[in-house]
Amino acid sequence: MIPLATVPVAALGLFGDAFNFVFSGREAATGGVQVGGPDQVLDLAIKQIEVTFLALGVAILLALPVGLILGHRGKGEFVAVTAGNAGRAIPELALIALMATAVGVGLFNLVVALAILGIPPILTNTFVGIRQVDRSSVEAAKGMGMTNREIITKVELPLAIPTIMGGVRTASINIIATATIAPLAGVLTLGDLIISRNVYGDAGVLAGAVLVALLALSLELALSGVQWALTSKGLKLQRA
Amino acid sequence: MKLKYLMVLAMICALSVGLVACGSDDSDDASSEPDATTGKLIESSADNEGVNLKIGSKNFTEQIVLGEIYAQGLEAAGYNVSTDLNLGSETVALQALKAGEISGYPEYVSTALTSFYDTAPEDVPGNAEDAFEQVSTDLEEDGLVALPPTPFQSANAVGLLTSKADELGVETISDLEGKSDDLKLYGSPECRQRVDCLIGLEDNYGLNFASFTPVDIGLRYEVLDKKQADLSIVFTTDAQLGVSDEYTILDDDQGLLPAGNVVFLTEQKTVDKAGPDYAATIEAVQSGLTEQVMQELDARVDIDKETPESVAADYLNAAGYTE
Repeated sequence: MIPLATVPVAALGLFGDAFNFVFSGREAATGGVQVGGPDQVLDLAIKQIEVTFLALGVAILLALPVGLILGHRGKGEFVAVTAGNAGRAIPELALIALMATAVGVGLFNLVVALAILGIPPILTNTFVGIRQVDRSSVEAAKGMGMTNREIITKVELPLAIPTIMGGVRTASINIIATATIAPLAGVLTLGDLIISRNVYGDAGVLAGAVLVALLALSLELALSGVQWALTSKGLKLQRA
Repeated sequence: MKLKYLMVLAMICALSVGLVACGSDDSDDASSEPDATTGKLIESSADNEGVNLKIGSKNFTEQIVLGEIYAQGLEAAGYNVSTDLNLGSETVALQALKAGEISGYPEYVSTALTSFYDTAPEDVPGNAEDAFEQVSTDLEEDGLVALPPTPFQSANAVGLLTSKADELGVETISDLEGKSDDLKLYGSPECRQRVDCLIGLEDNYGLNFASFTPVDIGLRYEVLDKKQADLSIVFTTDAQLGVSDEYTILDDDQGLLPAGNVVFLTEQKTVDKAGPDYAATIEAVQSGLTEQVMQELDARVDIDKETPESVAADYLNAAGYTE
């Protein structure tokens, strides 16, 4: 299908093998079926991205408002920080298994588990970001007669964007990397290449790992772009 | 309960016939007849001190229990034993063995033949002795040895709730024909692309399921309980099948899911280095492992939540290998 993929990569050893796996596919190590190849790999990659965005979206929807309110009021530091730290220690697979008894396996279970992974960095960074906003700016806003809502959305949030986005980026990397366990919860992502080593062989495992790493890097890059776009002109000038 | 009964029987047997193994040795059919254990106390030998052995296993209950039984038996024989009982899959375990990271690990003959040596599932000999000979020939080329097989066999099976089986009126996998379109099948992620799993069920049996969902093997009964899955890929030695008739497994009437006894895979050079007690101990401690005993041991870990370590220790103790 893509002839260029087959000849020169032979010299690259296992990496070349992984390259071939992605672009040409091969018979499964257990025989009987064709595995790998661009179509199959693309399907898996798309699912991985889909799951990541869903979970990241849920995490942002839940963590951002809470962080904003707690940060604005200057209360609940204990909650924000403890939730942040405790959240990092949750074993994802155990969580999925635990929820399987309640809600079964599948997309819902998976997205909730991954969102829980994404909430701590977003919550903590939002809280910290808002707290770090210069108090005199907030006082000035109050003096101008802004409501609480306006202060949050027009003063605190824009000033805290770089810190908040830092949290979102951390969360997104955590989520996209962990989405590799999705095939254990009923959703086929690139993790299938890694988990089903008996079928895909070492080339598949390496291809899966490299592709997940590339996806994570691309997402990080894309979110840096988003951060740049969201950051107000004033802050950018300040930094330059 | 059954386990204790078996152990008592084994002890009586051992006492009456002395050290000679009693009972028949046709280990190829996983008969429910209690197989005899010799119950010979393992004696620690000074020759074995200073010989380091690392026993491996794959990372699910039956494998871990087996790994513990072998490790503790060898320790009783005086070897210096460590364990690594969390190897992901057979390819990982085989590599660890070849690289010398582990001395040996238990493997199903059928898995070794299909996964390591590309034997088609329907070509795996049904007879334990034949399968053992075939795998031994294959292994020899890699400098590996399989010690003689365990009495019990394990195989993948299509499992479902007994109530569902009654409702559908199915007893064999072939009975699913014409009904499978409405049935959701769950299995391990790799099942999806394996000829001895989903691919075979579709091609050999001509079945077409409503969906196949990959799931962690630890959840294989969970998905049935939650009624998410109509059918789930299970193991014939599963604890859940032994303790109640809540679940039913369908008869594999076309022989798609080969049953395999367990053999302990090791390297020839390890056998040479470790001396005669190595193989002798492993053969001795596994001689009481019939399908019922294995189910019972699996049940104590999976259902009663005992640790594999203590279950293995109890087994060795009750059978008289250790005291």
